[in-house]
Amino acid sequence: MSWLSNAFDRLRFRARPPSDDRSRMRAVANNLILHLHPTRVPVPALRFTHTWGLGGISAFLTVILVITGVLLMFRYDASVERAYTSIQTLETVVPFGALIRNLHHWSANLLVITVLLHLVRVFLTGGFFRDRRGNWIFGLFLLLIVLAFNFTGYLLPWDQLAFWAITVGTGLLDYVPVVGVLVANFLLGGREVGQAALRNFYALHVAVLPVVLMLALSYHFWRVRKDGGVALPDQTGPVEKLTTIPHLVGIELGIALVTLTAIMLFAMLIPAPLEAMANPAHPPNPAKAAWYFLGVQELLLHMHPLAALALSTIGLLGLATVPFWDRDDSAIGIGGRSARGRKAAWLGVALSLLLTPLLVIIDEWWLDLPTLLPGLPTLVSNGLIPLSLTLAGLAGVYWLIRRVLRTRHNEALVGLFSFTMSALVVLTLIGIFFRGPNMALVWPW
Amino acid sequence: MTTQPTNATPETTMSRRNFLSLGLGALGLMGLLQTGVMTVQFLGPRRVDGEFGGVVQAGLVESFPSGSVTEFPDGRFFLVRLADGGFLAVYRRCTHLGCAVSWQAAENRFACPCHGSNFDQEGDVENPPAPRALDTFAITIVDGNVIVDTAEPRQRDAFDATQVVYPPGA
Repeated sequence: MSWLSNAFDRLRFRARPPSDDRSRMRAVANNLILHLHPTRVPVPALRFTHTWGLGGISAFLTVILVITGVLLMFRYDASVERAYTSIQTLETVVPFGALIRNLHHWSANLLVITVLLHLVRVFLTGGFFRDRRGNWIFGLFLLLIVLAFNFTGYLLPWDQLAFWAITVGTGLLDYVPVVGVLVANFLLGGREVGQAALRNFYALHVAVLPVVLMLALSYHFWRVRKDGGVALPDQTGPVEKLTTIPHLVGIELGIALVTLTAIMLFAMLIPAPLEAMANPAHPPNPAKAAWYFLGVQELLLHMHPLAALALSTIGLLGLATVPFWDRDDSAIGIGGRSARGRKAAWLGVALSLLLTPLLVIIDEWWLDLPTLLPGLPTLVSNGLIPLSLTLAGLAGVYWLIRRVLRTRHNEALVGLFSFTMSALVVLTLIGIFFRGPNMALVWPW
Repeated sequence: MTTQPTNATPETTMSRRNFLSLGLGALGLMGLLQTGVMTVQFLGPRRVDGEFGGVVQAGLVESFPSGSVTEFPDGRFFLVRLADGGFLAVYRRCTHLGCAVSWQAAENRFACPCHGSNFDQEGDVENPPAPRALDTFAITIVDGNVIVDTAEPRQRDAFDATQVVYPPGA
C-alpha cells in the first residue's frame, strides 16, 4: 500500500500553500491559470472600489455559462417540433433541469449588466489611455460577442417570447442599406424565422461564438497583463506591491463565491421565463425584443428605423473612438478624471433622468413630426430631423456642462458619457416596464 | 573610351525569390477566397419547393365575395377582393419590423400588434410606425382560378390601381 500513501503524500504536499513570498510568486508564475496574473500587484489596484471586480465577475459568469451550457446541450433538441418540448421536459422531468436552465438564463442576463458596468468603470478610471487603447476597442468587440451570444440563445427555447423577439430583432436588419436584407436572410436561412433559423442560431450559439469568445477573451486578458494591469494614477515614488497569493487570489475567490451564491439563490427563487410555444401566425401584444435591446426598440418608436440604427452606430463608434476624443492621459486612473469631472458625471446623470423621460412623453403625446411636415418623406421628417435633433441635443449637453461647471474638455466628456449611458438605461427601463399593448405608454402597476 | 553595355537589365526587374513568394501569396489569397465562397454557398439559405415561397392555388374567383379578406396561413398572405371585384394578395409581414399582421373585420383594417401599425384593406398605412404599405404577391387568374406566386414579395410605397388584378371579362 506504499504507493497509495505516497500518492496521498504528494497530493498533500501539492495542496500545502506556499509559505514564503518567493515560493508564492513562483506558484503564480508556474500555474497555467494563475499566470494570467503578475506575481505581485500594486496595493491601489487591490482596492475593491477601484474596479468593483466587474471584469472578474464577468469572467466567472462566463465559466458558469460554459458549464451549464454544456449540460443543457445534452438535453436540448434544435428542431422546431422538439425544441419547446425539450425545454418543457427540462423544466418538469429532468432532475435539476429547471435549476440548470435558470442558472444559465440568469447568468447570461447578469453578464450583459456586468460587462456594461465594466465598460463604464474602465471609461471612468481612464482605462483606455496610452497602450490600453487597443484593449479598450477590443473590449467593445467582446461586448458585441456577449450580445450575439444572448441574441442567438434567446431563440432556442422556441416559445412566443423567443420567436417574436428574434423576428423583430432581425426585422431591424432589413433597414440596413444594401446588405441588410441579404445578411438577415443569410442568418435566418430564409425570409422568416423557422427551422433553418433555429439550426443556424444553435450552431452559432454552441460552436462558433464559444470559439470566438475563448480566443478573444484570452487576448483580452493577455493584453491586460501586457498593458500593465489595472490603470492607476501616475506615481512619483515607488509603489508598494503585495504578492498575488494570497492578496489578489483571496479577493477573487471571495468575489467568485459571493457571485455564485447570489446567482444560485436567484436561480432557485426566480424561474427563467417560458411562454407558450412559438406561433408564427399570432404575435403577442406587445411583442418586445430581449430586454437589453429594448433601449434601441424604444428609439424605434420615436424615429425611422434607419435613424435609430444610425444613432446606435454613432454611439458605438463614439465609444470606440474615445481614446481619440480624450487624449489628456494625465488623469489616468483617477475616477471621473477629477473632482469636477465626477461632478460633471452626476450632472450628466441628473440631466438625463430629467430630459429622457420628458422627451419620450412629448414625442409620444404631442409631437408628431410626419404630420407637422406633410411635404417631406418620412425618412426625412421622422428620420433625419429627429436624428439631427438628438445629436444637437448631445452637443448641447456637452456645452452646458462645460459652461455651468466650467469644466475642461475631458471632464465634460465624462458628463456626456454619463448622460448617454443614463439615457440608455432610462430608455431600456421605459421599454421594459412602461410599454403595454400596442407599445403605448402605461403605468406598470 | 569604353561604351556602356546596352542590354542592361531594367530597374523594375524582380528577383526570382520575390517572384516566387509573390506567386505563393497570390495562390494563398485565391485559396482563401475560394474557401470563403465555398463556405458562404454551403451556408446559404435554401428554398424548398412546396413550402412558403412556391405557387399557391387560392381557389375559384366566385368563392371570394367582393369586399372580403381571406387568410392563407401557409402562403403567409391575405387574399383581398376589393369592392370593385379586383384581387390583391397582401403579404402578412408587417413592413415595420416583420411581425405578422392580422385582419380585424370589425374595424376593416390589418393590425400589427407588435408596434401598433394599422393598414387599410388595400394595405396602405393608416397608422405608423410602418414606413410603407404591406408588400404584395403576384396574382394570375387562369380558367377562373386565382393563383398566387409567393416567390418574391413586391415592395410598394402606397396602394395604386395598377396593383389590382381583375378577373377577365369582369
